[in-house]
Amino acid sequence: MTPALFDQVLGLGDDALVAAQRMAEWCARAPELEEDVALANIALDLLGQARALLSYAGELEGLGRGEDELAFLREESEFTNVQLVELQNGDFARTVAKLLFFGVHQHLLYTELSAGESRLAAIAAKAAKETGYHAGHAEIWTLRLGDGTSESHRRMQEAVDHVWPYTHELAEVSGLGGPWLERVSGVLDAAGLRRPDDDWAPGGGRSGVHTEALGPLLAELQYLRRAHPGARW
Amino acid sequence: MSGRTRETTPPASERADATGRADAAGAGSVERVRAAVAAVRDPELRVLTVEELGVLRDVRVEGGRAVVTITPTYLGCPALDAIRADIVAAATAAGCPEVEVEVTFTPPWTTDWLGETARAKLTAAGVAPPGRQPVVLALPALRVRCPRCGSGDTALLARSGSTACLALWRCGGCGQPFDHMRDH
Repeated sequence: MTPALFDQVLGLGDDALVAAQRMAEWCARAPELEEDVALANIALDLLGQARALLSYAGELEGLGRGEDELAFLREESEFTNVQLVELQNGDFARTVAKLLFFGVHQHLLYTELSAGESRLAAIAAKAAKETGYHAGHAEIWTLRLGDGTSESHRRMQEAVDHVWPYTHELAEVSGLGGPWLERVSGVLDAAGLRRPDDDWAPGGGRSGVHTEALGPLLAELQYLRRAHPGARW
Repeated sequence: MSGRTRETTPPASERADATGRADAAGAGSVERVRAAVAAVRDPELRVLTVEELGVLRDVRVEGGRAVVTITPTYLGCPALDAIRADIVAAATAAGCPEVEVEVTFTPPWTTDWLGETARAKLTAAGVAPPGRQPVVLALPALRVRCPRCGSGDTALLARSGSTACLALWRCGGCGQPFDHMRDH
C-alpha cells in the first residue's frame, strides 16, 4: 500500500460521500420539482463517485474493509472530508454557494487527476464530467439569484459570505486556488455579488477535524447499518 | 485488475440447477451466449440494448464460463446493478453455468458510443439523441430537434430529467415536453 495514495483516495471519497448525503437531504424538499430532481441527481452522481473511490481505498488499505465498512463503520474523527461539504444546508442559496465552490473545485481537481493510466485517473475522468455539470448547475443558480430580486440577491450574498471561509481548505488540499478563484470570481462578478474578504480560514478536515455539523449527518447515514449489522435488502 | 470490481455467480458444482447445463455450453453455444448477453436491454432506456448503448464492452466465453465486461454511463448510475443481474440471468439461460461480470471505467463511456441505430431508436421512442442537429428557423443553427414533430424550435426546461443521463426539454412546435439525452 502507498499511504499517500490511500489518504488521497480516502479524502476524495469522503468529500463525495458527505457531499452526497448532505445534498440528498433536499430530496422531496427542494423549492421546485425540477430542482428536486436536479439535486437528487447530483447527489446520486456524488454517491457513485464515493462508492468507486471508497472501494478503491479499501483495496489500497488491504485490511479487508470495503466501501460499506468505510462509509458506515468509521467514527467522526476518522472521516477526512473537507469541512465545506458537511456544512448544514440552511437556505437554498447556501446549497447553491456550496455547490458552486465545491463543484468548480472538484471539476478542476478531477480534470487534473484524469491524466494518465492509473485507476484513480480512470475514476477521475468519469467524475470530471459529472462535477463539471454540477458546477454549471450552480453557476446558473448563482446568476439567477445574485442578479434577481433584491431579496434573492441579499440571500445569495449572505450565502457566499457564510461559505467563503471554508473554501480556503479546498485550495490547501489541491493547490488549485488560482484557477479556482479565477473561475469563481467570474461567476460572482457576473451575478453582481461581492467577493468576500479573505479572513477566517477554518480547516483540518483531512486530519479528522470537523464542525459540529458532521456528527448528526453521520448518525443518520450510519444508523441502520449499526443497528442491524449485516442486514441486506 | 486496475479499475475493476467483480461479481461472480457460484461455481457450477455449487449450483442446484447446473446439472446438464454444462453440457449445453459446448463450442457451438459461444455465439448463443454472446447474443443473449448483447440482447439485454437497458432497464431505463428500454428501447436500447446494453450493446447499442455502449455499456457492454466485452463478452468472453471459455468452456462453460463467461466473463462479461460492462462500463457505467455515470459512476452513480442506479441501473448498473440491474444490468449486471440481467446479464447473469441471460447468460445462464443461454447455457453458461458460470458468469462473471466485471466493471471497467476505461475507456470512459461517452455519448459518442451511441451509433446511428441507437440514435434512431431513441428518436422513435420520443427521446432526442445527444448532440445538436442542423435546423433552419430564422437562421440556420444547431439545435436539439423535437423527436415527435422534428421542429428545431425547442427549449430546455430542466437540466436533469427522469434518469441521470436525460434532460427535460419542450417543443415550441408541437407543444410537447420530451427527454433529451445529455451530451456527455
